[in-house]
Amino acid sequence: MIGIIGYGTQIPRYRIKVEEIAKVWGADASAIKRGLNLNEKSVPAPDEDCATLSVNAALNALKRASIDPKKIGAVYVGSESHPYAVKPTGTIVSEALGICPRVHTADLEFACKAGTEGMFIALQLVKSGAVTCALAIGADTSQGAPGDALEYSASAGAAAFIMGAENLIAELVETDCYMTDTPDFWRRENAHYPEHGGRFTGEPAYMKHVTGAVLAILEKTGTKPEDFDYLIFHQPNGKFPVQVAKKLGFKEPQYRYGLLTPTLGNTYSGSSPMGLAATLDEAKPDQTILLVSYGSGAGSDAFIFRTTERLLKVRKHAPKVRKQLDEHRYYLEYGAYAKFRRKILKPE
Amino acid sequence: MNVPKHWRAIPERYRMEAGKCRKCGEISFPSRLICPACNHNEFDLVNLSGKGKLLTHTIIRTAPEGFGDFAPYAVGIVELEEGVRIMGQITDCDPEKLKTGDKLTSKFRRMNEEGKTGMIMYSYKFVPDIGI
Repeated sequence: MIGIIGYGTQIPRYRIKVEEIAKVWGADASAIKRGLNLNEKSVPAPDEDCATLSVNAALNALKRASIDPKKIGAVYVGSESHPYAVKPTGTIVSEALGICPRVHTADLEFACKAGTEGMFIALQLVKSGAVTCALAIGADTSQGAPGDALEYSASAGAAAFIMGAENLIAELVETDCYMTDTPDFWRRENAHYPEHGGRFTGEPAYMKHVTGAVLAILEKTGTKPEDFDYLIFHQPNGKFPVQVAKKLGFKEPQYRYGLLTPTLGNTYSGSSPMGLAATLDEAKPDQTILLVSYGSGAGSDAFIFRTTERLLKVRKHAPKVRKQLDEHRYYLEYGAYAKFRRKILKPE
Repeated sequence: MNVPKHWRAIPERYRMEAGKCRKCGEISFPSRLICPACNHNEFDLVNLSGKGKLLTHTIIRTAPEGFGDFAPYAVGIVELEEGVRIMGQITDCDPEKLKTGDKLTSKFRRMNEEGKTGMIMYSYKFVPDIGI
């Protein structure tokens, strides 16, 4: 048996409301809130980036796993906002956690599914026996161009999972994927902001790949939507995951803990892993969780986890996602937000 | 170029690594070659908890180069649970509301960078200990 032995998250303390962004661009805030099922998003402080969020999330995961960090033989950080174009985030994380030097690491990039791809690799390395434990992180301080629809949702956060073969809190039941070359969203080299295909990001991109991954894993395991206690889909906004969930026959109680976008925004590589963490915060032992990510470009990873008794024992060792999300928030005006996100040109 | 200087400080900046004297138990942060309490020269490396209380602080309004985006921000001396006193930036708070005795905890944060293309330096900072 392999699976998750520890999980942890980090969400910045700063927020900006949809109304504040809409006011600057003359947009209709209520239409955006209704259309995207989104009220506010997290904003990284000027001293937070993918590496700091990753480290702080991983430290929380380590508290729950209660293992010697040296047991971690592989570290994968999935993100599209690594602080360096060349120089791994994984080395920073490994050094900060005290895992160095006998550890494999590489940074992963696959739009919003780099985090779950890291989880897949980590799980398979443990399964193969190549490493005792492996750490996978999905983290982003995602960028949306000023005035673009993405600016309302692109947020920041990280979720970290330590995989192992002993003392599981959630056993991996099965995994599958669905991937094609679909150019719905990209950022070219040296471009500051991503570009996207507008409505094309919906039906032929997000909907098709999430549906494909769900149907693949249901067929592989002979299961039906009603067999799952909980469901987490990637959340580019609050609308897409609900639409596709309903279409596939899932019900609201199944995704009530995992749907975080309305108050968190889209944490890109951290999005569906963060939803999984929020679900683990509330799940009971012996419950079944379906996690399906989506990354533009495009692909979806699907995982089925079954929780264990140990989950109840370790959960209290680190803060819950909802606590990080709902407490001690500082709301920013657009000017401070623009400064924090380095949208203001200053002399060198 | 601060690369060697920053690289040498990674153990204490990244994971608050300190030296605990094998003879008298005195904790030195960062670790030293000679214990200031008993002159012994053997240490065990320990990671500090990062949890402590604020002893004193000041608010920086005219920030040095590289810290302008944080101003106004607080810098204070924090006494950790292990008895070690450390100076550091206090973030994720309203600096005007900080007071002596406040419970703080460390977080891994970006400290500074060598311009837009240079090395990024990470270190510990302190935030209010609110269980998040």
